[in-house]
Order: sequence, then structure tokens, then C-alpha cells
Amino acid sequence: MGALRDVTGEPMTQMGETVVAASGVDLTFETNDGPVHALKGVDLEIGKGEFVSFIGPSGCGKTTFLRCIAALETPTGGTLTVNGMSPDEARRARAYGYVFQAAGLYPWRTIGGNIRLPLEIMGYDKAAQAERVARVLELVDLAGFEKKYPWQLSGGMQQRASIARALAFDADILLMDEPFGALDEIVRDHLNEQLLALWARTGKTIGFVTHSIPEAVYLSTKIVVMSPRPGRITDVIESPLPKERPLDIRDSKEFIEVAHRVREGLRAGHEA
Amino acid sequence: MRNLGPILTVVAAIVVIWYAGAVGLNAAWSKDQAARAGVELSFGEMVSQTLSQDRPKLPAPHQVAVELWQSTWVEETQGRRGLVRSGSLSNRSLVYHGWLTLSATLLGFAIGTGAGVLLAVGIVYNRAMDMSVMPWAIASQTIPILAIAPMIIVVLNSIGISGLLPKAIISAYLSFFPVVVGMVKGLRSPDAMQLDLLRTYSASGGQAFWKLRLPASMPYFFASLKVAIAASLVGAIVGELPVQQGGLGARLLAGSYYGQTAQIWAALFAAAALAAVLVGIVGVIQRRTLTRMGMAR
Repeated sequence: MGALRDVTGEPMTQMGETVVAASGVDLTFETNDGPVHALKGVDLEIGKGEFVSFIGPSGCGKTTFLRCIAALETPTGGTLTVNGMSPDEARRARAYGYVFQAAGLYPWRTIGGNIRLPLEIMGYDKAAQAERVARVLELVDLAGFEKKYPWQLSGGMQQRASIARALAFDADILLMDEPFGALDEIVRDHLNEQLLALWARTGKTIGFVTHSIPEAVYLSTKIVVMSPRPGRITDVIESPLPKERPLDIRDSKEFIEVAHRVREGLRAGHEA
Repeated sequence: MRNLGPILTVVAAIVVIWYAGAVGLNAAWSKDQAARAGVELSFGEMVSQTLSQDRPKLPAPHQVAVELWQSTWVEETQGRRGLVRSGSLSNRSLVYHGWLTLSATLLGFAIGTGAGVLLAVGIVYNRAMDMSVMPWAIASQTIPILAIAPMIIVVLNSIGISGLLPKAIISAYLSFFPVVVGMVKGLRSPDAMQLDLLRTYSASGGQAFWKLRLPASMPYFFASLKVAIAASLVGAIVGELPVQQGGLGARLLAGSYYGQTAQIWAALFAAAALAAVLVGIVGVIQRRTLTRMGMAR
């Protein structure tokens, strides 16, 4: 924690080694109506420990790019490496945890059982499973809910459980695809705050897809603005905000300036 | 208990309609007899005669009830061949015939369910089976079971298989289908996101089956089982028609040969009660299992 606080107030551009490197990434889907350019010429570097948000209108390829990093889609051109490996190798090395828009908890498993799912698949022994489940439940503030079934929890709690599930096996990268998109604003604020605290505690590299400007500015060290047809990056903003961010930082001058620049980027992409 | 009132009302209405039908349908025979004997029947006499004929076109409810009682409890406790006096079930009792049908039903249900689950797994995991099995499964159900049952019995008999197994196979022939349809739907019920999630864990195909597809299919599986167990019973009864070696189906056919309508109705009621009990048992297992799995609230 001490080391992280040292950079407070400084623009966090230098975060050490590169985790994700994309250069000239293209992804074209062949459809009956001709090719669709989901991604075109995407260049991006994500450093270790960065919190990177992808923002843009629907169809801009932000989710598609995240899925490329996760090897759930395969780019048709360019190069993309994750931890210096191909995305598919990184997936098999279990380099990342993925959080989807819906919590997607198995209704027939308890919260603890859902978090154990990846651990069972990856072959952790029973003692390690129990220890990790307890640890990540505490991390997302759900201690005591291990034996509850998903339907007994609110939407926000379910999404926190799904984040715990993605954290359980200690991947260094956390990829989140509009994880709070389906939640109301009050719950979302709360979860954003918790996510920042979690990020500070764990030092993970986070890729975060959103369509909310305040959410992107509040959370990120780097904001990637994208626009559609073809899906591409129009602006990359290094956030000047300090690492320590209370909710009321959203009324500060810096925050409003960054939000303004994001909005400009989105508008420029829209008009192009 | 809230439901008791409406249920009793419906039952009472059915009984009233049934009595009226019995009087109407059996009146012709009573009038005929009276005309031959040269006597004039009053309405009251006519009604009481229509409800107590030996071979009525439609036996009255109480006649069926008496027949049911006689051919179960009375036959087994007092009959010469009954359980009490001979130590084994009487071949004239519905208990004996019901047991024959039940054993064929349960064996057929087990075979049909097993085959249905295996076919469904094949359809979900194998493209060739996906393209080829379903049309055949559907075609198999469009053939009247009454037409194909004797063929199955003749063919199996010629290779030395007779008794319980041919009936069970006819029963399985009917019961595998709902299981296939339900399980294919159930095994395919996890959405793309669920499958993507397992991909991010680099889960194997086997892990995806045991941890996701199979548990996700359970609600569909039990819904199918309820249809399948009732279909199994129908299959077993149809399988007993051409063989005439006991069972509720044999009782039905024997009753119609000898004009014993009360016997037919008693066998029908026994079959209906059996079906209700079987579906009920599946329902209880369904509720217990899904509650245990946390899928029922």
C-alpha cells in the first residue's frame, strides 16, 4: 500500500512491464451482408497494474477487443500478446479472470460453490479451495454468504460474487465486460468504490468495458475512447487523477476536464 | 385443503353425468326386456334396472367400484386362489395384473430413460447424430404403437425372448422420446456466456458436461420423466394386448371379449390410478432433487 501511495497525485504513465500489447489488430466478421470490421488497426499497450477503461457507443468493438485479449475471439490481422504470449496460450496459462455483464452464477451452486467452480476445474485441493473462497469472499465484502444460493442475493451482491469467482485463482489480469451495466446508479457507485479499493489491495491489471463516462473517469488510470464502423481507437487518455479517489473527486476540476475530453473524443468518433 | 372444495365439486359433477349416461345408454336393453316379458316399466323401475344390469353398455359408478373391490381385496382375502388362502396373488385379481403391468412399466421406463439420455448426449456432442437421429426419433413416434407392438413381440419371440422384456421394450419405445427431446433442450440450455466462462478457465469437455450441462438439464429431465413414465404405462398395456398372458392390458381385452364392461372399467381405473401414483412419485423425486440442488425455492 505504501508504495502505491507514493505515486499519489502523479500521472501514472510508467507502470512497469507491458501486460497487453496490441499492434494493428484487425477483426473482420464475414456476414451475409458482406464483411463487418469489428476492429481496425487497434494499437494499445497496457502496463502492469494499470486500470484501463474502454468506452464508446455500442458496436465500437470495445467488448470485442476485450474478448480478443481473453482469446474468446481471434483477430484476423495484426499482433496481440498477453504476458508476452499469444492470447490463447495466456488463456491456457489461466492468466486472467473474466467478469461478464451478467453475474452468470450457477443457480444450483451456493455462492461458495460458484467461487469453487474455477478452483475445481483447475484442480486445487479441498483445503486450498476453502482457504481461497474465504479470502475472496472477504475481499468483495461477502463474508458470511458462502452458503447462500444466488437467488437469495441482490443483483449487486451477485455481481460481487462473480468478481470473487474471477479473483479466486489469482490471475494477474482482471477483464470486466460492463460488469455493473445492469445495476442501478446507487449500487454502481458503491461497487465502483469497492472495485478501486480491491484494485489497490491486489495490484491487478484491469481491463474494464463501460459505456458510462463518469464510471470510466472515476476508475481508470487510462481511458481508451473507441468509435464504431470500423471499430477503432480515437483517443487514449492518461488520467491525471490521484490513485486515492473518494467519490466526491467527481466534482473536482481535473475530473470534469477528463470527462470533457472523453466526451469530445466520443463526439469526434461519432461525426467521423 | 383449500383445493378440496373445487375438486369435490368436479368429481360430483362427473358422477352425476356418469349416472345419467348409464341410465340413458342402458335404458334400451331394459325396455326391450320388459317388452318381451309383456310388462310395463315405471320410470323408477326402469332407472333401478339400468343401474344393475349384468352386462350394461355403461356400468354405473357403484358397479365399477364393487368390481374394483371384488377383484382386489375380496379376491385376495377370500378367493380360493387369493393371497390369504394360496400364499400367492390370484391371477383373477387386479393386484396381480397391476403388478405385471407395473413391472413391465418400470423396466421399460428404465430402458427408455437410459436410451433417451444417451441419445440426447450423442445429439448434443456429435454433429452426425445431431443431423440424423432426431428425424428418426420423430418418425418412430408417428407409427401407431398398436401396429408395431405385435411385430416387436413376434420378432423377439422368434429369437427366444418372451415374457417381461418384450413388453418393457414396447414401453421403452414410447418413453425414450420425451426424454430425448427434454434432455437435448436441457443439455443445450446453458447460454453462450456460461460456455465462454468455462473457456476462460480452459475447462475440458468432460468438465463442461458434468459441471454445467448436466446440472443445467435437470429441470428439463424431470419434466420429461413425468411424460415418459405415463407413456411407459401405456406402452406396457399395449404390449399386453396381443400376448394375453396377464396384465391390465390382458384384463381389458378379456373384458371386451366377454362383454364384461364393469371389468374393463375397473381395469381402466386401476391403470389410471397406477399412472397417477407413478407420476406423483416422479414429482416428489423432482421436488426433493431440485430443492437439494437449490433450484426450487
